[in-house]
Amino acid sequence: MKKTYKIEVDCANCANLMEEAARKTAGVASATVNFMTQKMIVEFEEGQEPKAVMQAVLKACKKVEPDCEIEL
Amino acid sequence: MSKKQKKMLVRILISAVMLIGLNLIPVAGLLRMALYLAAYLIIGYDILKKAGKGILNGRVFDENFLMAVATVGAIALAVYEKSGDYNEAIAVMLFYQIGELFQSYAVGKSRKNISALMDIRPDYANIECDGSLEQVDPDEVAVGSIIVVQPGEKVPIDGIITEGTASLNTGALTGESLPREVTVGDEIISGCINMSGVLKIQTTKEFGESTVSKILELVEDSGSRKSKSEDFISKFARVYTPAVCISALLLAVLPPLVSLLLGNPAGWAAWIYRALTFLVISCPCALVISIPLSFFAGIGGASKEGILIKGSNYMETLSQTKIVVFDKTGTLTQGVFEVNGIHHNELEDAKLLEYAALAECASSHPISKSLQRAYGKEIDRNRVTDIEEISGHGLTATVDGVSVAAGNTKLMEQLGIPYADCHCVGTIIHIAIDGTYAGHIVISDIEKPNAKEAIAALKKAGVKQTVMLTGDAKQVAEKVAADLGVDAVHSELLPADKVSEVEKLLADKPLKAKLAFVGDGINDAPVLSRADIGIAMGAMGSDAAIEAADVVLMDDDPMKIAKGIKISRKCLSIVYQNIVFALVIKFACLGLGALGIANMWFAIFADVGVMIIAVLNAIRALRVHKL
Repeated sequence: MKKTYKIEVDCANCANLMEEAARKTAGVASATVNFMTQKMIVEFEEGQEPKAVMQAVLKACKKVEPDCEIEL
Repeated sequence: MSKKQKKMLVRILISAVMLIGLNLIPVAGLLRMALYLAAYLIIGYDILKKAGKGILNGRVFDENFLMAVATVGAIALAVYEKSGDYNEAIAVMLFYQIGELFQSYAVGKSRKNISALMDIRPDYANIECDGSLEQVDPDEVAVGSIIVVQPGEKVPIDGIITEGTASLNTGALTGESLPREVTVGDEIISGCINMSGVLKIQTTKEFGESTVSKILELVEDSGSRKSKSEDFISKFARVYTPAVCISALLLAVLPPLVSLLLGNPAGWAAWIYRALTFLVISCPCALVISIPLSFFAGIGGASKEGILIKGSNYMETLSQTKIVVFDKTGTLTQGVFEVNGIHHNELEDAKLLEYAALAECASSHPISKSLQRAYGKEIDRNRVTDIEEISGHGLTATVDGVSVAAGNTKLMEQLGIPYADCHCVGTIIHIAIDGTYAGHIVISDIEKPNAKEAIAALKKAGVKQTVMLTGDAKQVAEKVAADLGVDAVHSELLPADKVSEVEKLLADKPLKAKLAFVGDGINDAPVLSRADIGIAMGAMGSDAAIEAADVVLMDDDPMKIAKGIKISRKCLSIVYQNIVFALVIKFACLGLGALGIANMWFAIFADVGVMIIAVLNAIRALRVHKL
């Protein structure tokens, strides 16, 4: 399953870091952050609950960039 | 400016005023230091906070940490040396923040500009309710509803006109400025602007499935397909920052130690200062921001011209295109076939045409369409049974109880029916009725008026080889190829042969040259996906083509191919300029910093100045109209 989330991030490098952090989160099959359109596209692994996974993604992203926001 | 940006601007102003004031008004002792510290904290508290959080989260080498260490280090050095020169630390922080502010402002602004450029999203749809119009969200309109579009409004949803005539401005979709006339029964696609007359439209799709939504989705997603340059930069950024930090550490420790061993004074302060200068240059921001911005601007500019590029990676491949392979029909020729002659027939012309048109009634191939048009009467599908299409050959069917075979020479050979060749140039449809030859119909296609120019423009744009592939007869294909100046032509190909021809070309070409295939998106999806880059043209409203291709030309003007290539070249050259420019300046400053020639002021220019210039350069990718 693929879902798109609106994000808020100020610098392009931080967007790359968020992408990396999201990819490493358990339950995420793949993730791309589009800095220019401020969007995160997450593909979840089979049978994962997006809501729970996204909480973990948000936590991981906050760790690399405290200023970022993901609209869940 | 957003709230966040305004707050930052205020902080910058306060701190700048304090800094200037402190240099003009003499204050001494502890008060002086306190005031300087206040100015420093006003401008830099969030950086220090983030740096602290970063360390707690186990992320040491980010730019916040670096800026914190560099500026705190500079202050500590000033205290240690009793020079009382705190200006540098504050100024570095100040410039860093100005740079960040500018970056977020410029990016936000260009994001807005580019989105405005692609502002084809309709805000509402009009639905007639008890004689009066009601505006509703396009998302809520069910398929089959009747919507009303007034002059000056955007068509919100794809549909068929049930009432009214109008001229449409399709500029937002195709970049084409000539208006298009539409009337009852015509299909109409969303995103066009109605310039005259009230239209009633029966919707055929939901809003989410309509052309406008598809295009918006495609353009918005395009940045998510990252190019090699972007991958390179993000990998580079990952290595660059730690590498510079380690070099800074070595720079601070090694030379003084060596100096000590040689019996000279260590000179700690000078070397630590140089190391701190290093840290300021270590942020990869300029690179990381300008690359996606250039691609985004390039894709935005191209879509304004009616060229949709589905991702940065395709932009990159398109710029390296050296071989362009065309499908003939509908790409270089108009795909509007006309019956030019009927020969060798014993039946009446009209009768033969009737059989042919009926047999082909189920096919959407342009040739079948032209037969049906030439026949001119309503086609009663009940008269036709057992239609069997033989791809690349033709078809057989039973019409009014007699078996009819209509197709090219291959079909006749396959069926073992002797046929008469034709001296005319055109597509020949041989017809056999009940297994005996009944004559042939000559159909010819018209070249697009600017197809020849388009091929010449491609050559000028640096394309080395142009190849035309067609299922059409050799005679026709060679004539068209010679007319247009195409380098090579392969004719009488089945759809599968086209794939293998493209594969052959792919195998023969040099690794770096990319091959583009241009088709009209009908029947050539496999080739579109096999080529390095698939370009579908005239795709307005055709989901299949938009799906299969990497680059979509909204109208069917072949000139757009060369234009697309030129746009991608410009975009990529900006990307390379930025990469080279940023790297050269950064490494030069690193070198000068290590030698002690560049001070921290220099370093902050290398960081912020380069970023500002790179961002401004990136925005240039948006201006592609005159290419």
